[in-house]
Amino acid sequence: MSTSELRQVHLAAHFPGVNNTTVWSDPSSESQIAFSSFRHFAQNAERGYFDYLFLAEGLRVREHKGRIYEADVAGRPNTLAILAAVAAVTEHIGLVGTLSATFNEPYELARQLATADHLSGGRIGWNVVTTSDAFHGANFRRGAFLDRDDRYRRAAEFLEVSRQLWDGWAPDAVVADKAGGRFLSPAGVTEVDFHGDFFDVTGRATVSRSPQGHPLIVQAGDSAAGRDFAAQHADVIFSLHSEFADAQAFYTDVKSRLPALGRDEDSLKVLPAVTFALGDTQAEAEERARDIALAQTSGATAIAFLERIWGRDLTAYDPDGPLPSIDPDPAGAGITQGRANNAADPQSTADAWRARAEAEKLSIRELVIALSARHGFVGTPSRVAEEINRFVQERASDGFVIVGHTNPYGLDEFVDTVVPELQNRGVYRTSYENGETLRHRLGVREYA
Amino acid sequence: MTRALHLAVALDGTGWHPAAWREASARPTEIFTARYWLDLVLAAERGGVDFVTIEDSLSLQSSVFAAPDDRTDQVRGRLDALLIASSVAPLTTRIGLVPTVTTTHTEPFHVATALQTLDFASEGRAGWRVQVSASSAEARHFGRRTIEPLDLEAYRRGEGEALMRELFDEAGEVIEVVRRLWDSWEDDAIVRDVENGRFLDGSKVHYTDFAGRFVSVTGASITPRSPQGQPPVTALAHATIPYELAAEHADLVYVTPHSPDDLERILAEVHDAEARLRDPVRPPLLVYADLVVLLEEQADAAENALRLLDDLAGAPLTSDALVVAGTPAALVERLLDGHRRGLDGFRLRPARLPADLDAIAGSVIPALEAAGVRAAAASDQSGASASGSAATLRDRLGLERPANLFTASTRPTEVRA
Repeated sequence: MSTSELRQVHLAAHFPGVNNTTVWSDPSSESQIAFSSFRHFAQNAERGYFDYLFLAEGLRVREHKGRIYEADVAGRPNTLAILAAVAAVTEHIGLVGTLSATFNEPYELARQLATADHLSGGRIGWNVVTTSDAFHGANFRRGAFLDRDDRYRRAAEFLEVSRQLWDGWAPDAVVADKAGGRFLSPAGVTEVDFHGDFFDVTGRATVSRSPQGHPLIVQAGDSAAGRDFAAQHADVIFSLHSEFADAQAFYTDVKSRLPALGRDEDSLKVLPAVTFALGDTQAEAEERARDIALAQTSGATAIAFLERIWGRDLTAYDPDGPLPSIDPDPAGAGITQGRANNAADPQSTADAWRARAEAEKLSIRELVIALSARHGFVGTPSRVAEEINRFVQERASDGFVIVGHTNPYGLDEFVDTVVPELQNRGVYRTSYENGETLRHRLGVREYA
Repeated sequence: MTRALHLAVALDGTGWHPAAWREASARPTEIFTARYWLDLVLAAERGGVDFVTIEDSLSLQSSVFAAPDDRTDQVRGRLDALLIASSVAPLTTRIGLVPTVTTTHTEPFHVATALQTLDFASEGRAGWRVQVSASSAEARHFGRRTIEPLDLEAYRRGEGEALMRELFDEAGEVIEVVRRLWDSWEDDAIVRDVENGRFLDGSKVHYTDFAGRFVSVTGASITPRSPQGQPPVTALAHATIPYELAAEHADLVYVTPHSPDDLERILAEVHDAEARLRDPVRPPLLVYADLVVLLEEQADAAENALRLLDDLAGAPLTSDALVVAGTPAALVERLLDGHRRGLDGFRLRPARLPADLDAIAGSVIPALEAAGVRAAAASDQSGASASGSAATLRDRLGLERPANLFTASTRPTEVRA
């Protein structure tokens, strides 16, 4: 296969999130909120020619057992404000932020996204998420108001209004003819008049057409409804399917939905999230992977992990001892708020975990490490690059969202060692194209 | 030095004259770019301006009150002011950044975290110009509430009084809840206690627990307390209701006197509102006057320039603020006079950008320095904190970093355990 036939790898850099993947106890760990951390993280990813930086969002501080959860990193910035600031200290890298279609209004959010696209010169993307629970709703004017089933319907309508607003200014609307005294062309700005099930929006947008026209749309839904939504509306799927066979099945499934919608395969990119551990030898990399997992799972983290299933206080148990023999409290569901991982059936989950711990002779902490070992690439830079490349060439993904475990230096080593290996294989860019929009870089639909 | 005279500059489009975009030096095609705003703010910073405000609204500019127009001969369209400020923040070092953010249609939670983030990105130079929206058309952009159309004549007859009362009551609630969100994390809430596996001390993160007539927010901010804790809150006010909002909730008010007598009357009214409504533990409300300024080295050149712009616009410039076309020296006399009469500072609205901003930076500020009411910009240490770190906007305005509402002896309300 010649280089020109090789499928190209796309990479996104996940800013370390507020969960136990991020090891705040590492001596190299710096502030999760100081601007210097965002600056370093973004500039390093740009040094590695990443397609974009990815920022998650949560609109309420997490709670556990009715109290603020203390074991994980907490505290993050406003998504749009930090992306606008990061845009000023970077030149090329895309900037994708997670923003709720539930706790925002289309006129304002579309305006902010168009503004950020202008300020960044066409580098902005929106990871569309929906939220409906009362815990988050309590921070907003509307409160909890949405049936779970209506979340995607509202999001689709939200996007439709946004696209109409983004299309509200013709590309040549601003004339600025000083001598003739005409600032706007008469037909340059059209009025949006939208009336749907969720929104009534009438009026004209205030922001001229941005460099991308429409910011990149990213989506992470995994249910059938989520996949349909992504196939219809998204340019990139942020996927959780990172084991090869599973990833390939997911990739095939979502791409197969495209032809019926008049879309070609490459107009939707699938990027699974993946962690990594590197070493000069395979043994060294595996040892580092074990060390990272241990650091990600403090005793307090392990106990809290169990409490989410048991629905009761387990702080009396030794994290380095056996699992509790006491059964889960059926009334304890929802012990944790602000993250989505409550099991459907606590009792059978607890039974299965106890059986596994007994069979494999695992302590609480060891079990939790085993359970939360996410798929990650572990090996020498060459081997990790080869794995990434295999996924892309064999259509299991179009690249990856790379998740480091420390902030803000967690991706430095990846950029230093894995990126050159990808470049050597002819599957990854060796420079940015000047003035290129994020959409153009990803090879998805363009609206400029 | 005697009591310092503060100077802010209000940035809006290509300047405050509706024909300013037609000036030779104007850059009307660039108002949607980061570079344009950075250049303006850097010019203000180099000149020693204390802070810039950035105008905004959630609808197109209009030549009529609280309603859209269809004009194509004036600048229409603008970027979100808070995001402009955020993009300028990492590339500036001293100047305060005070975007306009509306309270009427926005979510207080997002407003609070966005301003906190601006404060982090600027390392303590964020502020907020609070604004309400009485526009019926703007309400239709959101479709959540109906605001009856109101024209200026009806407004002047007092017909908008109930609406104004409602919008400003809502603004008061929004400021209150935003202030609570800003303080919802104590400064030392992040403990990074590796031994005990605790990143956070949950007892130092507080519910806001605000339930008002217009807005309710239960949880803490997602953003830790920012460098200033409480970025300065500012508001423009022309009448009793907004004076009361400023007196009760703001740190700084911009007023629009048109004469010394007018100023005396306004100051009396502001001080009266303060006496009635302001928490006595808070520092006194800072009072700035707004002026629209057009500056030339010769007085007749300034008058001619204004006349030319008026001709291009097809009407004389009218403004809520006094319009001053003249020399920098005459403006300086006016500023010193207002300062002697009790004003803490001025917010100058350049009629033309960048021309009048350049005159403020190049001529007005040096003259104020020479008059001894401002420290020299070149050795600008105004308000630098005792620790030697760069001055925050609060430092610059002479405001101490406030105690946290949730730890001060007078708590806002009983806070949930």
